[in-house]
Amino acid sequence: MISFRLCYTKFMQTIPINTYNSPAVVLELIYQIKIKDAMTKNLITVEENASLREIQNLMKEKMLTGIPIVNGKHLLGIISVDDIIQALDFGYIKDVASQHMTKNLIVLEDDMPISFAISYFDRFKFHRFPVLNKNKELVGMITNRDITNSLLMELNKAVANLEKKQSFKIDKKIINQVQSFTVKKHDFEEAGYASTQIKKFLKKTGFPAKIIRRAAIACYELEMNIVVHSEGGEIIAEFSPEELVITANDCGPGIKDVNLALQKGWSTADEWIRSLGFGAGMGLPNVQSVSDDFSITSSKEGTCVVSTIKLTKQLDEEV
Amino acid sequence: MLTVEKVCELKGYKCALMGNSEDEITSCYTGDLLSDVMGNAEENSALITIQAHKNTIAVASLVGIRVVVLCNGRTSPDDMKKAAKEEGVTILETKDNQFSASWKIAELLGLK
Repeated sequence: MISFRLCYTKFMQTIPINTYNSPAVVLELIYQIKIKDAMTKNLITVEENASLREIQNLMKEKMLTGIPIVNGKHLLGIISVDDIIQALDFGYIKDVASQHMTKNLIVLEDDMPISFAISYFDRFKFHRFPVLNKNKELVGMITNRDITNSLLMELNKAVANLEKKQSFKIDKKIINQVQSFTVKKHDFEEAGYASTQIKKFLKKTGFPAKIIRRAAIACYELEMNIVVHSEGGEIIAEFSPEELVITANDCGPGIKDVNLALQKGWSTADEWIRSLGFGAGMGLPNVQSVSDDFSITSSKEGTCVVSTIKLTKQLDEEV
Repeated sequence: MLTVEKVCELKGYKCALMGNSEDEITSCYTGDLLSDVMGNAEENSALITIQAHKNTIAVASLVGIRVVVLCNGRTSPDDMKKAAKEEGVTILETKDNQFSASWKIAELLGLK
């Protein structure tokens, strides 16, 4: 008789920290990280008619201490190193797995928070737990090592964010300024210079990476548009503590149909431009999607695009 | 954790320029159109492409791509290597096509 047990609330107290006044970031981690994010997914399994000798060899070869026995995706049991030692001691190593596997298993579900896994390891003395999905299919195995790794990685990210948040203060004296850059037609050598300078400036001033990324995307696309499509022009970046306004002016020949130019994938670039990796028809749509405010006017005399990126908006989310 | 150095160890991948070998790689994007890369590649990623020129490094630097993998035996021109050195971006060259390279890096990222 095979029986899987899932135990929900009973063991929650066995997490080694309290859940009422521990730091929110830590509690969030142990509830937000799901078992499926931490578990090992590339499983080595064997079918029930495999012999214990085959399993012994597999364990040796793959350096494993326990192997799930399955029928397709369905977990039937586990053979551990202890089972193999027993088999060697008592001389039944040639028997098939199904005769001797541990069938009374404790399992976890992949959608459970990692706190469940932590409490399971505390409560039961197993070294690993099989993980099933909603359809009761075997999708992974979780060990203490998996938990340590995933917690460490997520803690690292969370603490880095906290540190960034703390150190982020805008220096108003530094930021109030205007920078302008001349952009020449078909000058692929210098293309990207304005964007790089603006990015470096924002980085030096200490803005969060996500805001810098948005500014860099807007600026680069506008700069490349001038290089690729116009007779030349300029990029003007106006910094204030609240926002960055990027203005791209060119000397023509203008965009025939602005609405078309704003459509994803629409481009007038020729083969040569495309061979350089430009002309995906994503330029203006990219600018629009990263801008908080966006405007475009175009005539034969030239095109003017203004992209505004709010530097202080939803800083908590951006950090 | 996947580092630039580990990607460099892939068999048949030649390191044309080493940026920061200890940089962490957390995702990967495959594409040859730079605006598409610009809009979709994530920070701390690897870029798999055939665009062997300087502008690829500009895009990489702006979006935080740490390693550029040039496929189909394309090689990096000197000005591309120079730009990559300044920006700390690693360049790898391989005879693999983009599909094979994506497949191999997905495996390194534990996505398979």
